[in-house]
Amino acid sequence: MHTPADTVLVVEDDAQLRRYLRATLDGHGFRVVEAGTLAEGEARAIQESPALILLDLGLPDGDGIDLVRKLRTWTPTPVIVLSARGREDDKVAALDAGADDYLTKPFGDGELLARIRVALRHARSAGGGGGEPVLVLGPIRIDEAAHTVTVDGAEVRLTPIEFRLLAMLGRHAGRVLTHRHLLKEIWGPNAVEHTHYLRVHMASLRRKVERDAARPQWLLTEPGVGYRLREPA
Amino acid sequence: MIDDDDRPDPDALLAQVKADEVRETRARLKLFFGAAPGVGKTYAMLTSARALRADDVDVVVGLVETHGRRDTAALLAGLEVLPRRTIDHRGVEVEELDLEAILARRPEVVLVDELAHTNAPGSRHVKRWQDVLELLEAGIDVHSTLNVQHVESLNDVVAQITGVKVRETVPDAVLERADELELIDVPLEELLERLADGKVYLPDQAARATQHFFQRGNLLALRELALRRTAAHVDADVRRYRHAHGIATPWAARERILVGIGPSPGSERLVRAAKRMSQSLDATWVAAYVEPLGAGPLGAADRERLEGHLRLAESLGGEVLRLTGPNVSEALLTYARAHNVTRILAGKPTHSRLRDWLRGSMLVDLIRGSGAIDVHVISPLDETTPRAPPAEAPAEARASPAAYAWASGAIALVTATCLVVHPRVALADITMLYLIAIMIASLAGRGPSILAASLAVAAFDFCFVPPRFTFAVSDAKYILTFAVMFGAGLVVSAFTVRLRREEQGARRRERDTAALLAFTRDIGTANGTEDVAAATVRHLEDVLGVAAAALVPDGDGGLTSAAGLMPLAPQELTVARWSFDHAQLAGHGTDTLPGARILALPLVVDEAAVGVVVVQTRGGARLDRDHRHVLDAFVRQAALAIGRARLAEEARDAALRVRAEELRNALLSAVSHDLRTPLAVVTGAATRLRDGAATMTAATRAELLDTVVDEAQRLERVLANLLSITRVETGLRPAREWVPVDELVGATLTRLEGALGERPVAVRVPAELAVPVDPVLFEQALLNLIENAIKHGTPPIEISARAAGEHVELEVADHGAGLPEGSEAKVFDKFFRASKAPGVGLGLAVVRGIVEAHGGTISAENRAGGGACFRIVLPAAAEPPAVPAPGPE
Repeated sequence: MHTPADTVLVVEDDAQLRRYLRATLDGHGFRVVEAGTLAEGEARAIQESPALILLDLGLPDGDGIDLVRKLRTWTPTPVIVLSARGREDDKVAALDAGADDYLTKPFGDGELLARIRVALRHARSAGGGGGEPVLVLGPIRIDEAAHTVTVDGAEVRLTPIEFRLLAMLGRHAGRVLTHRHLLKEIWGPNAVEHTHYLRVHMASLRRKVERDAARPQWLLTEPGVGYRLREPA
Repeated sequence: MIDDDDRPDPDALLAQVKADEVRETRARLKLFFGAAPGVGKTYAMLTSARALRADDVDVVVGLVETHGRRDTAALLAGLEVLPRRTIDHRGVEVEELDLEAILARRPEVVLVDELAHTNAPGSRHVKRWQDVLELLEAGIDVHSTLNVQHVESLNDVVAQITGVKVRETVPDAVLERADELELIDVPLEELLERLADGKVYLPDQAARATQHFFQRGNLLALRELALRRTAAHVDADVRRYRHAHGIATPWAARERILVGIGPSPGSERLVRAAKRMSQSLDATWVAAYVEPLGAGPLGAADRERLEGHLRLAESLGGEVLRLTGPNVSEALLTYARAHNVTRILAGKPTHSRLRDWLRGSMLVDLIRGSGAIDVHVISPLDETTPRAPPAEAPAEARASPAAYAWASGAIALVTATCLVVHPRVALADITMLYLIAIMIASLAGRGPSILAASLAVAAFDFCFVPPRFTFAVSDAKYILTFAVMFGAGLVVSAFTVRLRREEQGARRRERDTAALLAFTRDIGTANGTEDVAAATVRHLEDVLGVAAAALVPDGDGGLTSAAGLMPLAPQELTVARWSFDHAQLAGHGTDTLPGARILALPLVVDEAAVGVVVVQTRGGARLDRDHRHVLDAFVRQAALAIGRARLAEEARDAALRVRAEELRNALLSAVSHDLRTPLAVVTGAATRLRDGAATMTAATRAELLDTVVDEAQRLERVLANLLSITRVETGLRPAREWVPVDELVGATLTRLEGALGERPVAVRVPAELAVPVDPVLFEQALLNLIENAIKHGTPPIEISARAAGEHVELEVADHGAGLPEGSEAKVFDKFFRASKAPGVGLGLAVVRGIVEAHGGTISAENRAGGGACFRIVLPAAAEPPAVPAPGPE
């Protein structure tokens, strides 16, 4: 998925975690640049033009969200924030500030690499311009032009909102989309507080698309953050 | 009662220790004490101040009068003199001590001359000694001067010696507060010489009395008084020292003096006598006013005087009481016996022997009933005290004009009737009829009784006594008949009046008691200071007909109105503020800021004010003693209620602290055991992998790696629960949203994918069912429940939900062995572990914490078919918001 020369900037103050990230990413052919503070991270981002940034939210010289905002003023480089469980508000704030995804500490190799892969792919396709007219995600096939959805070959009748919801998640498969983001894109900027709308339509969508809505395989809930359509393996 | 033991008792020692602690930390008061003006007190004070200055002590002059004496003025040079406050008093500028300036300057020591001085109206306090107490309270040492004739308890002695009544007095308590009493003494000859040279400043008042005051004999006596007073102070110091150092000393039996006082002017002398006696005996003393049952209310002047006596007793350090009893002696003796009083002081009777003969002598009763108690009889009068004015007739309810009309009518009727029947009825019977009419009229009171008797006598005499139709009386025996008529009228009316008074008194007491009871009941259910304040204000306004307000601290160091609509002007707020800060009465009718329209009563709990109740009478009338009595009782009750509430709060806090302590201990053991075990495993496996990789089979290697991953995940779970329980314990604020139950369950199951593995899970959740919960917290709760089922139960795990009226029920059940017998309630306790399975025993405690934070309940039970079932019941009274139907795209 990635080119061997891809550079990953790791902005993390814990030396042990940096060591682990370097070892893992090195082993998968990335070039790793490290920074221990926000200031250093910003400088490295400018000097090294990394393909992706892994950013810890709690740094000694400030809040990682500030760096996300600064980066977004001049670069679309994907940013994945690292955060602890129980800090959902921070994650949402970082995502709404422009971060692409998050990883909850502690995380394993597989999760880390999957997120990086998704983020890099989305960054590239955005650069390549224009999405595919037909999205195939495991058993789900979304034909945006024909406005049809099939699951395991059988057509599923969706309401317009459900269709847009599914299409939106499908286009960003593998990435988390915050409640706010989805509400804004589908209902408009005045509806961003009405999380309940989203939940109701999402529940309905799940019942139509998932085999077992109570044990969803594709339309995953990220509690307190948003939704994610699982990227097919 | 008498303590024969010559060792200090433990209570006394404890009190001593406390007193010593206070003494060491509080500000010091040093008094330069003299027998007369001109002995050089100010001079000595300034000299000592200069010595302090030389030792780098921050000493300033608050106010020193040099009275134009050059040598004294010279001593002021080099000392910092604070400016005085100028008060405009009726067009005359008066200079007073600037209390605020000293408090703001905060020196170590301040010099304040003439402690007995009375401040000009408009000052904060009436007396300078009150200013000094405030300075001491603010932690500033004060040096001051005082002459012996200004000492309150010696006031009348001085008046006796010199014939000059000194008006400016300082309470003995202030003298006793002095840490050091330095006697400034000059030989008599020298003082007289100074006086002759005009070196002694005499205020106008004293100048008038100079002739008398500065007589040689007087000065000798005053000097002796001053010396004795100083010796008493030193004696107290020595005693304290001896007690403190356990030096064996005959321990004085604890004496307690009771002095009975009343409204008569002689009581003042009784009070002072009690004070002096208490001092010489080192005894505590109580001044009691006995209100006999059935006595009428006191007249205004009597009440004023009585209040004055009670205040005097208070200012002299006595305890003040109001007793009620069938008679004075009985009430005094009952109290005395119950409170181990050793001596009773009573006034010598000033009334005639006749009254004793008629009503019985209070004094004789007292002496007869006193048993082991000594009774001292003090002459209430001396040459300098004016003879008591005759006790004012108690204000009696005036009989209405109608009563007089009835009285006249009754006599007229009897007269008319008798005129008709006269020849056939004997004169004696006519007398009887008149007597009956007089008696009936007498029931209306003394006035109608006298009127009826007079009219009856006149009518009887005129119409029936021969010679008829003249007022002449032929037979002297009729004079006796007239006397009997008058006598019967007076006796009946006296009884009536007395009965009525008793009834009125009883009714008043009953009313006060009922009001207090109602109030007590009301504040019994009050919750916290503000509730109590509101109830206090409401009842005061109802019962006393005053405007009232309650102020409580607002958290920013100010006071804010907690109850009552009475608006307060800034200067009234100042009164309330002062009362609050000093936990003392202030304002109208008190010694502090008496010019105010309002009276501020602090709500005192543990010697500190927690609020102030402010009252204002309609039209600025002074509250009389009865009302003050009720007011004091209300405020005391209110303070008690607040104190109780605080105690309860403290008890709760203490219980919380104990729980927190238990939690901390349990956490410590959890951390040391449950975190170390997985860490040990991880460390062992990881080092084995690092050091022994070369000789390891692939299977061993894989096993070790699995162990590392499993144990690390276990650590993460333990940590997550530790964090959660901390959040639950410190008070969760769930951010509630309507969340579909299937989404909650789905999200939880997704997160548990790994742990669930191939275990079957049956979910039965209605499609449209939603609950108002914090999705993040609630997912944690569900996760813990399902994890618990995975760990302790046998699949399939069943998750179901249903709406049940205004609640939503959620169940997580398994098919395992179920919960151990009797542990159904305990499983939710922190650190409870039903089995030996690894874990901290926090998971279910976290679930309960989260559920309860949502206003829900959780219970556990064993299912009939085997396995445990956990049921969460959540309130879901409201409807989720409507979702707009998706419009056309």
